[in-house]
Amino acid sequence: MRFVDEFRDAEKAHALAARIASLCEPGRQYKFMEVCGGHTHTIYKHGLEDYLPESITLVHGPGCPVCVIPMGRVDDTIHIAEQDDVIMTSFGDMMRVPGGRGSFLDSKAAGTDIRMVYSPLDSLKIARQNPDKRVVFMAIGFETTAPSTAMTLLRAKQEGLDNFSVFCNHVTIIPAIKAILDSPDLRLDGFVGPGHVSTVIGCEVYQFIAKQYGKPIVTAGFEPLDILQSIYMLMVQLAEGRSEVENQYSRVVPWHGNPKALQVIGETMELRPYFEWRGLGFISHSALRINDDYAAYDAERIFEIPGVRVADPKACQCGEVLKGVLKPWECKVFGTACTPETPIGTCMVSSEGACAAYYNFGRFSRERIQEASHV
Amino acid sequence: MSGEGGVREQASANWAEEAVREAAAREQLDVTQSQGHADPEHPVVRDREQEVLDRIDRARRARPRVKDERITMAHGAGGKATHSLIEAIFLDAFRNPLLEAMEDQAVFAVHGTRLAFTTDSYVVSPLFFPGGDIGDLAVNGTVNDLAVSGARPVYLSAGFILEEGFPVEDLRRIVRSMKAAAEAAGVQIVTGDTKVVQRGKADGCYINTAGVGVLDRPVSLGAANARPGDAVIVSGPIGDHGVTIMLARGELDIESDITSDTAPLNGLIDRLLDATTGVRCIRDATRGGVATILNEVAVASQVAIVVEEDTVPMRAEVRGAGEILGIDPLYVACEGRFVAVVDGAEAEAALAAMHSHPLGAEAAVIGSIKADPPTLVLLKTEFGGTRIVDMLIGDPLPRIC
Repeated sequence: MRFVDEFRDAEKAHALAARIASLCEPGRQYKFMEVCGGHTHTIYKHGLEDYLPESITLVHGPGCPVCVIPMGRVDDTIHIAEQDDVIMTSFGDMMRVPGGRGSFLDSKAAGTDIRMVYSPLDSLKIARQNPDKRVVFMAIGFETTAPSTAMTLLRAKQEGLDNFSVFCNHVTIIPAIKAILDSPDLRLDGFVGPGHVSTVIGCEVYQFIAKQYGKPIVTAGFEPLDILQSIYMLMVQLAEGRSEVENQYSRVVPWHGNPKALQVIGETMELRPYFEWRGLGFISHSALRINDDYAAYDAERIFEIPGVRVADPKACQCGEVLKGVLKPWECKVFGTACTPETPIGTCMVSSEGACAAYYNFGRFSRERIQEASHV
Repeated sequence: MSGEGGVREQASANWAEEAVREAAAREQLDVTQSQGHADPEHPVVRDREQEVLDRIDRARRARPRVKDERITMAHGAGGKATHSLIEAIFLDAFRNPLLEAMEDQAVFAVHGTRLAFTTDSYVVSPLFFPGGDIGDLAVNGTVNDLAVSGARPVYLSAGFILEEGFPVEDLRRIVRSMKAAAEAAGVQIVTGDTKVVQRGKADGCYINTAGVGVLDRPVSLGAANARPGDAVIVSGPIGDHGVTIMLARGELDIESDITSDTAPLNGLIDRLLDATTGVRCIRDATRGGVATILNEVAVASQVAIVVEEDTVPMRAEVRGAGEILGIDPLYVACEGRFVAVVDGAEAEAALAAMHSHPLGAEAAVIGSIKADPPTLVLLKTEFGGTRIVDMLIGDPLPRIC
């Protein structure tokens, strides 16, 4: 299949892997963080770690939009859904995320009308079709999905729809990366930079990572060869003693991002003073809310939001996993109390979460399967 | 508001704290019980990751329980939640040796004649889709659940639950499809039932069919029969039905010529069983797809299954839809495909027999059975890596970015 097969070519992967291995200094350990959950998913889905020498470790970062939503915001969403005549809509990944008192699926089973949509524009369609209902879109995601929420707000205003609103939970990637770089217990050698987010914000914004923190970053695509090539590019930078921002995903990511997308975000949203991230705590200027011009479409102003913060169980170590301090399996409740069927932490819910990816795809001992997988 | 940092209260998630306590208690019990049961075949690698893997393994073997207060859509999706529901609620109450086998049908003898008996309900939406409708499915699904035991399907029942206001012309169309499907499969619909419920209490038309088949052959097929060295065969391209339905719902604005694969498999299975006595087990890959069947076989037979990704037959449309929607076609339902586990030495003969039948023209060996690690389904990816193919959790939800 075009645009797929050429990025999954095993022969090319072997060649790249050999070049990566040749760049490893004996005795040195390398730790790279892939920021984006989509990368984590690709790494596990294709078994990419099989190509890496033992001295290279991939650390899974906080770029899974579902994983960083705190339980309190899930509860708030369910609270809105419980109001009269409300149809709540959100992306499929959110349906199973547990809040303090259950998930959207549980709430739906208890009688609320929560629907999965593929795009916020689908919510708008539902609003048009149900003029006697109040339709709310629970918006989540980084700068990747924020433009489509923004476009939906513009469209809603143009059409003069008065039964549609957005419960905005959009977050921004840069403060999260900063939080990780400032985390004292983590030593990284470089970053596999987020791909989809960069299509919107570009690569220039990562300069502080290379300049101030001295870490190389390579923006990467989502096919397994993309990621392998990015790791190679990181290794070359390290070997040459460079620390720069490079763009492996240039077929999609423009260096300066997408000005149109940034413009529509700016037209409809503004930075919050601070926002709670699951596992990472409150981070200032790290999330978006709807601005005054679009107040009529802001669910936080239309509905009364309980805003109760729900603490994670003490045993849950999502924060450490999100920061890459712990490997998923090092969490105390991994695989026992917390499993994909009954997730406690959000990292276990989304297929892009580090814990779910490891549990679903990588839960085996490499030595033990060697014989089985030798065909 | 929480977003503005004005945290008014702190609450804790009681359910989560409780889950942690329960798992800790269970773990304590498991450790006590398993002391002194070292497995000499596999001296346990005492590194921490292996300890965690062992712990997970024990947790997975724990008796399934349903903790949910209400039924959610996940309970019907064919994955882990469905299995837990069946084992913890239905099997627990109805327990008997026939049911415990957890096959698609029960096989028993009446006055020396071996019979197969099965039932299935159909709630597909939309009722009509490219390549078929709920009527075809209701006949073919039950025919297939009988045929995979090696039985010759003979008689079917049909129960209809109709919603007030449902167009009679639609019902006629569905019934015509059922008649044609029954004729094609060589079965008769010999008994039935009709109920009408108030508008809004059902989605147009639901159908339940039950079926009886006769086992003329001395075969005893079952998911627990797989052995190391066996080959795993699928009867044709996977995922056609599920993708057709997703597209037919019209929510995705994707157009394609793909049609449902709904078909009676008894003819093809006959040909396979005529060709070789090396067949261990056959299952039709409906809800939960091929991956679910493989997991069921791996667990029932306590074996590992290794699948080669690039050998799995799949239409480009299915692959493309999977890529776009973030759905793994291995989990997508088929309605006219089966997975067969066959003695490795007989695989070629089995494949040749299947290729001689129109419904098996694209059959392929996709993997093999290994001894270790038991219960795991491993995929050798096209890219050259290895990963697990686990039982599905809930509905196959699309990823967002």
